[in-house]
Amino acid sequence: MPALDLVANVVVSGILTGLVYGLMALGLSVIFGVVRVVNFAHGEMMTIAMYAATALFIALKLDPFVAMLPIAAAFFVFGYALQTALINPFITRPEHSQFMLLVAVAIILVNAMLMIFGPDARNVQVDYQLESYELGPLLLDKGRLLAAAAAVIAAAGLFAFFRYTLTGKAIRACADNYLGARVVGLNVKHLYALTFGLGAVCVAIAGCAMVLLVDVTPPLGPAYTLLAFVIVIVGGLGSMGGALLGGVLIGVSEALAGLFIAPSAKSMFSFGLLILVLLLRPQGLLGRRA
Amino acid sequence: MRNPYLVQISWLAALAALLVALPLLVGNYALSVATLILYFAYTGQAWNVMMGFAGQLSLGHALYVGVGAYAAGSLFFHYGVGPWAGVWLAIALCVALGLVIGFLAFRFRISGVYFALLTIAFAEFTRIGFDHFAWTGGPGGMFLRVAQRDTWDVANFRGPPLMYYYAMLFLAIAAFALCAWLLRSRAGYYWQAIRENEEAAQALGINTFRWKLLAVAISAAMTAVAGVFFAFYYNNLFPEQIFHISRSIEIILGPVIGGVGTLFGPVLGAAVLTLLSDGITEVLAFAGVEMPGIKQVFYGVVLLAVVMFLPHGIWPALAKRLRL
Amino acid sequence: MSLLAVCSVSKHFRGLRAVQEVSFDVPEGDIHGLIGPNGAGKTTTFNMIAGVYAPDSGEILFAGRAIQGLRPDEICAAGIGRTFQIVKPFAGLSVLDNVMVGAFLRERHAASARAAAAAIVERLGLGAKRDLPASSLTLPDRKRLEVARALATRPRLLLLDEVMAGLRPTECDQMVGVFRELNRSDGTTILLIEHVMRAVMALARHIAVLHHGALIARGTPEQVVRDPAVLECYLGEETEV
Repeated sequence: MPALDLVANVVVSGILTGLVYGLMALGLSVIFGVVRVVNFAHGEMMTIAMYAATALFIALKLDPFVAMLPIAAAFFVFGYALQTALINPFITRPEHSQFMLLVAVAIILVNAMLMIFGPDARNVQVDYQLESYELGPLLLDKGRLLAAAAAVIAAAGLFAFFRYTLTGKAIRACADNYLGARVVGLNVKHLYALTFGLGAVCVAIAGCAMVLLVDVTPPLGPAYTLLAFVIVIVGGLGSMGGALLGGVLIGVSEALAGLFIAPSAKSMFSFGLLILVLLLRPQGLLGRRA
Repeated sequence: MRNPYLVQISWLAALAALLVALPLLVGNYALSVATLILYFAYTGQAWNVMMGFAGQLSLGHALYVGVGAYAAGSLFFHYGVGPWAGVWLAIALCVALGLVIGFLAFRFRISGVYFALLTIAFAEFTRIGFDHFAWTGGPGGMFLRVAQRDTWDVANFRGPPLMYYYAMLFLAIAAFALCAWLLRSRAGYYWQAIRENEEAAQALGINTFRWKLLAVAISAAMTAVAGVFFAFYYNNLFPEQIFHISRSIEIILGPVIGGVGTLFGPVLGAAVLTLLSDGITEVLAFAGVEMPGIKQVFYGVVLLAVVMFLPHGIWPALAKRLRL
Repeated sequence: MSLLAVCSVSKHFRGLRAVQEVSFDVPEGDIHGLIGPNGAGKTTTFNMIAGVYAPDSGEILFAGRAIQGLRPDEICAAGIGRTFQIVKPFAGLSVLDNVMVGAFLRERHAASARAAAAAIVERLGLGAKRDLPASSLTLPDRKRLEVARALATRPRLLLLDEVMAGLRPTECDQMVGVFRELNRSDGTTILLIEHVMRAVMALARHIAVLHHGALIARGTPEQVVRDPAVLECYLGEETEV
């Protein structure tokens, strides 16, 4: 039985990583909750963000936190364009059609990354990654702490946007009632595209943060897609708090599973959890029953 | 006026004759490509039973290929039991698995995207599980003894590419015939009814729960056989490879591109995909370019194009053109 | 003995009492109407008979056998067919194939199911359209298809859920003719929920009237139409039938 402070450290590390997961899942929750699109390319988008951060770091020595700004902007445009060009025409088509569309996009993205960057792992080495703060028995990695902080700030920003701005409220209206929103005069297609753009921004920021914590390889794409779905379903579809809570839960359980069982078995736990939640409480922990 | 059935049957007969005679016309490499096409036509047909007929989207079909392969493969590896016996264990295990997944899903009313996610979760869970399963070789994989390849050893399913080609051709034809028969039977009508409108189907006396489970069971059983073929054809099994979600996606590409729910869809889709992708690889190799992942990018683009412009797949549009 | 006996059934939905202690019975061979203003509980009662929900209390007896709480498919197998207010054709299948789905309940083999279905399709006047996809039919034809499909299951009791809705008066009269003929030649018992009084008065031999979940009147059409309670809550004082 490992020492208590080891466990505590692992838990804290899981929480911090989980917050970054949570931001990624938040993007998916927003996209699915509003546009009702199952973004099967979500993890692939995250992986691209990670590669972008790595590339900018190697080429321009740009710190990932600084790279967040241009990458987020680019992702916003990409997300907006994707929704407008590809997905908006599909709103009236049956569900599995939309799904297939994004499966296709995911396949293209992940293999394009394989083609461009090759299968080897890449990472970012920043000086402060090796620093840590001591808080009693806890040893907090500076890099991990900053990554988690970025995730929380981004999430808070998104939450404030939806709560307090007019556009945010308009988007929530679309989510609640597509036809009603159109009747009231909202340009729903534009708002959908905006939402997808925002979801993409979440993914961009999460990716830049994540690149400090793990190495990037193309297979991360589908792995993160599935992880995002697990988190969103466990936490509750359409609930922003649920996405963060789910992220933290998964982060902690992965970390603990890695400690107590075997590192490679940790995602097994996540899938087991997904199966259980789908069966027993499909609306997730904080979600509303559809 | 030409009888449509007669036209269809004569086309089919011509195609069958061509396929049977194929080995006389082409070399071993082309034969292996043909075997691959038939393999995907077969698995696509098996998947189609669940999706095209009963309307349940499974994105974890690699689970049945893997379990089927490992079941028969392990029996051969550990006990020398040939595939003709091993296939029964494979089928039994896969049907049991399918029934569990189906039961859980239908009992708890999970459908659409959530059902797809459930199937993915089961496949992934199994993939990681097998990575830690020492008896089947763990992540290092399982290797089946490759004996003489020039003689036909039907009992142990070993032989030249020709044998595998005919075996897969037989399976593909059998699957096609089975699906054609099912479609015209009570089962076929009931499944289509369930797919079109489950509530109306219930009001006509159909126990939709049981019939959906039946579709899942048949689909799983058919896919299990593909797994057994896989094991004895490739002779090596790795969890990372055989259970991977890319395998599941490969299985559905044929039917989705060719036409979900139709008989010819999976066959046509498999042929189009395999031939075109092989063509691309050839052209690139000729140009001296070799890029890992380009074949999959191509698959993705074709899938995207079909989903956007031919949502019902190539076959329905083609059939209309040929007035079949 | 009545073919269908609804005995004091009640149903509430989270505090709203949709149906309260409703009782009525339908003799074999009868055509029975169930009317009332919107929200009166007609559809809920209908759905309880059809197996969509189980009553919270009370019994529903069909040919003496308790059927409350059975699944919709069990109800159909027991001999009760139903149509849907918003028609639910199997859009991708042809008219004939749609009816065959129903026929397969009683016929095991495709050939006999097809023959049975073809006969019913002819009888309901859809013969010329039997190979057309169901999605291409007009509304009145879709309603006929819905009835044909239910008939293919050889029901003893046919439940009709606002089958006249959306039909023009001439189309309505045609449907009335179809049901009358069915009742006369096959002896099929019919229970219909209807708002279109023209059809109710033409078809029904007995009527039950619901209001706020309770039964407020029962009797022959002539009696019900003169009942002051019914006039007040539903038909209006000026009603002429």
